[in-house]
Amino acid sequence: MNALASAKDTEMVETTTSASPNRVIDIENLSLTFETNDGPVHALSDIDLKIEEGDFVSFIGPSGCGKTTLLRVIADLEKPTAGHISVNGVSPEEARLNRAYGYVFQAAALYPWRTIAKNVALPLEIMGLSAAEQRDRIARNMELVNLTGFEKKYPWQLSGGMQQRASIARALAVEPDLLLMDEPFGALDEIVRDHLNEQLLQLWAKTNKTVVFVTHSIPEAVFLSTKIVVLCPRPGRIYDVIESDLPRDRSLDIRETPEFLKIAHRVREGLKAGHSYED
Amino acid sequence: MTDVPLTQPRSTNPFSGLMSGTVGPVTVVVLAIIAIWYIAAVALNTPFQKDIYERAGQSDVAVSQMVTDTLFQERPVLPAPHQVIVEIWETTVEKKITSKRSLVYHTGITLSSTLMGFLIGTTLGILLAIGIVHSRVLDKSLMPWIISSQTIPILAIAPMIIVVLNAVGISGLLPKAMISTYLSFFPVTVGMVKGLRSPEVMHMDLMHTYSATRLQAFWKLRLPYAVPYLFTSMKIGMAASLVGAIVGELPTGAVAGLGARLLAGSYYGQTVQIWSALLMAAFLAGSLVALIGVLEKLTLKRMGMAQ
Repeated sequence: MNALASAKDTEMVETTTSASPNRVIDIENLSLTFETNDGPVHALSDIDLKIEEGDFVSFIGPSGCGKTTLLRVIADLEKPTAGHISVNGVSPEEARLNRAYGYVFQAAALYPWRTIAKNVALPLEIMGLSAAEQRDRIARNMELVNLTGFEKKYPWQLSGGMQQRASIARALAVEPDLLLMDEPFGALDEIVRDHLNEQLLQLWAKTNKTVVFVTHSIPEAVFLSTKIVVLCPRPGRIYDVIESDLPRDRSLDIRETPEFLKIAHRVREGLKAGHSYED
Repeated sequence: MTDVPLTQPRSTNPFSGLMSGTVGPVTVVVLAIIAIWYIAAVALNTPFQKDIYERAGQSDVAVSQMVTDTLFQERPVLPAPHQVIVEIWETTVEKKITSKRSLVYHTGITLSSTLMGFLIGTTLGILLAIGIVHSRVLDKSLMPWIISSQTIPILAIAPMIIVVLNAVGISGLLPKAMISTYLSFFPVTVGMVKGLRSPEVMHMDLMHTYSATRLQAFWKLRLPYAVPYLFTSMKIGMAASLVGAIVGELPTGAVAGLGARLLAGSYYGQTVQIWSALLMAAFLAGSLVALIGVLEKLTLKRMGMAQ
């Protein structure tokens, strides 16, 4: 424990902006308790998790297991009540102020009065980038999500899948090293979801970003991830962390292979076990 | 199988065309209102007409004669529609606009204080809403006063406002406009507070992840979100503003304006004049609200929020 703490200290001292070159997220003994009228709710309890640069990490678990809350803690949308967390070697708040991450919500959350290009430009305007730089980043990121040609459309003119792609382009336009995604494809049908999963993997390979992805779909988690974190509810805690040995370069066909099914099986077992005390 | 034409000939019923679309129903409603108005005019004016006959010693007046006479009295209890229309025609088209007897002149006076009050009221309403949304203290301290301000009957407070403003040397258009302001800022404040608070949690969270300042969140999220709310409350505010302007003209013995017209009419029992002023006020309110509706449509279309 001491060794661990001192190792962490040296990390903090070594670099001011990013800690160890590989450690993007470092969570130790983190807990979050919501005080409600019905007494305290332990949304997160004693979470330990390390995420390395270039990882694709999925949080999977049933509703109420705290997977979204954990993502929101990383994004500084919630404050933990105990424990330690660092993002890029600094506190989540500093990381947010440094615009270290892009966040993709469950819904596209595009502003209806802005065209798609203007929606992608939103964070860039807030960052105060020059018009030329904005144009450049809009074009680049719209192309990355295959939305070139839809710049002048309004959100309601696009399908749900296209809207979610636009919101991914918006998150990418910040050019963060870290992409936080909260069930981004949860509201889409399975065919669109498969397609977007494949595109997301290509995007990840192309940009080499670290992705933290919340889902409640086992195939989605296994297909996308290099590391799968299984959470279980009441109190929200990590039940299992599975390092996937699937090749990084994968296509949808991989879902039929025994390796894939083996990992999916372990995830399913984890979800079952984490739930079993209930019913 | 017999050959049945797939499309039935459309007008088997001669009235089917009348009730489809909006022209038919609207016409029916207007005609119904006019009919009710005429019936009411006859009923309400009959007692006085009987008095006239009695004094003139006329008995056995035919019913048809009496009905006609009730619709052409000089100072009827309820003037008939055609009397009001004739009066409006005479006082708008046939009078010079500069004439003190021109209804257009009086409408213009009321319109100017309505618009002035409305502009001040809308501005005040928006500013109050911005303060209330961004500061808990302002919310807690201002909101009760804003609400209670509207529970005071405007007729009671209007003379006070005029008297107080006159005492400090402000007279003319502004005191009347202040009463319009008093009535019109309220719906705008309430509507804008609601509008500025209406962005979804996700949209607010998004601003947070961008580390946007409150000012940026206001301009880029809250304000555009509140625009539809603003137009809705501006419509209410405009109508309230007109009421305020007319009420402002009543207790002050104003010599010009629709309110003055109403007051003069009631002094001299000129019911036809009263009703023509009332109709004019209704027409004015309708036009102003419709104008805001047009502005709303154009704005929302420009913003891409309406299809």
